[in-house]
Amino acid sequence: MRFTLEVWTQASRDEEGHFEIYEVDDIAPDASFLEMLDTVNERLAARGWRTIAFDSDCREGICGACSLTINGQPHGPRQVTTCQTYMRDFRDGETIRIEPFRNSAFPVLRDLVTDRSALDRIIQGGGYVSTTTGPQPDPNSMPIAPAVQQRAMDAAACIGCGACVAACPNGAAMLFTGAKVTHLNLLPQGQAERPARARSMVLAMDAEGFGGCTNFGECARVCPQEISLDVIGMLNREYRRGARRRADAVGRVP
Amino acid sequence: MILDAKIPDGPIEEKWDTWLDTHRMIGPGNRPGRRVIVVGTGLAGASAAASLAALGYRVDAFCFQDSARRAHSIAAQGGINAAKDFANEGDSIRRLFTDTIKGGDFRAREANVWRLAQLSANIIDQAVAQGVPFNREYGGALSTRSFGGVLVQRTFYARGQTGQQLLLGAYSALQAQVAAGRAQVHNRHEMLDVVLIDGVARGIIARNLVTGEIERHVADAVVLASGGYSNVFYLSTNAMGSNVTATWKAHKRGALFANPCFTQIHPTCIPQTGEHQSKLTLMSESLRNDGRVWVPRNPDETRPPNAIPESERSYFLEERYPAFGNLVPRDIASRAAKAVCDDGLGVGPVKRGVYLDFRDAIATQGREAIAARYGNLFDMYRRITDVDPYEEPMQIYPAPHYTMGGLWVDYELQTTIPGLFAIGEANFSDHGANRLGASAMMQCLADGYFIVPRTVTNYLSTLPNGITTDHPAFAQTEREVVERIDTLMGIGGRTAPQVFHRELGQIMLDKCGMSRDADGLAQALDEIAAVREAFWSDLSIDGRADELNPSLEYAGRLADFLELAELMCLDALRREESCGGHFREEHQTPDGEARRDDEHFAKVTAWAYDEGGVPVAHDEELEFAEVALATRSYK
Repeated sequence: MRFTLEVWTQASRDEEGHFEIYEVDDIAPDASFLEMLDTVNERLAARGWRTIAFDSDCREGICGACSLTINGQPHGPRQVTTCQTYMRDFRDGETIRIEPFRNSAFPVLRDLVTDRSALDRIIQGGGYVSTTTGPQPDPNSMPIAPAVQQRAMDAAACIGCGACVAACPNGAAMLFTGAKVTHLNLLPQGQAERPARARSMVLAMDAEGFGGCTNFGECARVCPQEISLDVIGMLNREYRRGARRRADAVGRVP
Repeated sequence: MILDAKIPDGPIEEKWDTWLDTHRMIGPGNRPGRRVIVVGTGLAGASAAASLAALGYRVDAFCFQDSARRAHSIAAQGGINAAKDFANEGDSIRRLFTDTIKGGDFRAREANVWRLAQLSANIIDQAVAQGVPFNREYGGALSTRSFGGVLVQRTFYARGQTGQQLLLGAYSALQAQVAAGRAQVHNRHEMLDVVLIDGVARGIIARNLVTGEIERHVADAVVLASGGYSNVFYLSTNAMGSNVTATWKAHKRGALFANPCFTQIHPTCIPQTGEHQSKLTLMSESLRNDGRVWVPRNPDETRPPNAIPESERSYFLEERYPAFGNLVPRDIASRAAKAVCDDGLGVGPVKRGVYLDFRDAIATQGREAIAARYGNLFDMYRRITDVDPYEEPMQIYPAPHYTMGGLWVDYELQTTIPGLFAIGEANFSDHGANRLGASAMMQCLADGYFIVPRTVTNYLSTLPNGITTDHPAFAQTEREVVERIDTLMGIGGRTAPQVFHRELGQIMLDKCGMSRDADGLAQALDEIAAVREAFWSDLSIDGRADELNPSLEYAGRLADFLELAELMCLDALRREESCGGHFREEHQTPDGEARRDDEHFAKVTAWAYDEGGVPVAHDEELEFAEVALATRSYK
């Protein structure tokens, strides 16, 4: 297959970027989007030209490293990760615009590579159960109904890629944060810190400069793990609940 | 050199408790003054870093990814073993121990494996306490399933994403320690050397992958949790960035490298489709619980799989291994698949594939039951191949997946460099010549949560404090790192690193893969030397060293793979027997099964690096007091 690529090119965080145009030919339809970029890079290198920098690691849709905005859509047309997007998903001869995930909380480091460590800092705000390594209760002493476990798992499946943020007109990280809050707050192990969790994670989210949710729903439409907008409802509920109980909240609430 | 594994005396059931009761400790008030570096943030690294920080040590964790959560443990699918006997089958620590020793074809250390089995139950408790959402039965109790090489259901799982959930548990425990100020994660950093002072590990040199800056990091102990080296084969199930650099640099500084030829080729992966392919995708072994593996009996078969009648199908695993059927261990399943394809019975465009068929399982249990168990795997298969596995059998073929070899460690998981520890896939320890399914996560988390925090404490208690990065050894090591980068940048050739990598991978897969022979290995050594020479004369790296530069990262890792590949071939040549994943054509029974040589090779081979010279092999004899040496039989 043949494509025209318009690729965002930027030397470093502090420099201006621009689109570079590449004409590429002889691409297998079964090549993944990232394998297509590998091929382009190999050809560029053979000419001694500058290659395109992009993040990728597991290439099976689970690590969350890959992060391209393809034709304006985070991860491209199929609501799967970029690494699981295949060239057969595009028309022969198509012009494809490739940009990094766009958000002020995700500064571009080079070309298509962004810094998403803000998401780690949201987790540091309370996305965990504060238990240290050591003897723990028998896991069957706290039965969990399969339906609850499945709901928790649906939320816990988040891969932390940040597509939700990149898709949001407000640049909100509510789907990401809501997924973690939902996962932990549904389970018995997450109850002790529940009153404080949503609030402290939202504070961390705000500190990173993410926007607020106004129910566009773009995040859920691009989420490769199909995390439901329900988690944002859960986040809002838990946040209000936390505010009411602020007086007896435990943990990191200032 | 005498390799002292430091195995405690006493009955095997009591060794670890004896060790714990007598190890040296450090009081809580003295811990914050001690620094520990952990390289790698997968299951082993994240669990170690979180546990060490929770004890009160200052921890610096390093990962090359943009977040600690992306380490390749995240991709582990099937599950994690634990000797809990929740399925009421009479399972026990001894049974898990025995299965692991046998599964490893009697090439692992008994004392370590016992401890692993002993700790397995604690791992599940720890993970559940962190909020890991394991699958549950209707009453709310934990579900278990069966995996290859065993006759019990001791595998705990969270859909087909067990690795993701366990890693996120360890990752969030680590983030809690970051929030508490006890740990720092240095993401987008790559360890490029270990710093030795008076022969003791005292820090690392790392490259900041964003700025290219070379940084010195000092510590009282260094823990390597940097994973395995399957990417030496170019195409593997590992992540693109998975590499051997941290352990290889440690090896070049004096840490012995054990059993490098022990690699695992996983039977159930999606076959390769073309030259452009950058990796192979694993389909969890758990699929073999319900999927039946077969090939057409007729080598000239052209009909689609569903049109081939029962009588013309060869369910070769069930036929050859009636006791275990489709659930034989990985090495055996892989070799059997290769054998039928070598006989011309393979399926797919290049006839390197076999069918994994769910027709019967769907007919007896219903589509819903199968979807509940494997839904995400089926979706993934469909996404990649454009074929619906509910309607048509999957095509699978073996692919490099895991490496049992790694840095030699003693019972305390310490390498031959004092103060340098290796855990998880980075060490050689518990899986012998073949790892059983659902055992990798178990080992990573046993090492990280429960073993290395104790053994590092024991080590630190006798270590004098007070080294800083001003020590001349840091300057010297940093200089050597910078020189290596300058050399790579200065080659100025015209060939991208992946071209050499592809060549290396082809050599390794053909000659040091699922089966090996002396002639092929000798040839491979010549061919690797040729690729190495071409690499060092025609490599092209664009960009500069002082900026984010993926080509430079790739080239540095590949340079180490090119050296490791030679050691793998030497090790495979020296081991004149077949065992587990190491199958020497010269050593097989008349019916094509592996023939071990316990008289000469019931031992670990640990290699010492010699700059400019020939690697030297040292042996650690293995004793089997608990499980009698016997030929494995899954028939």
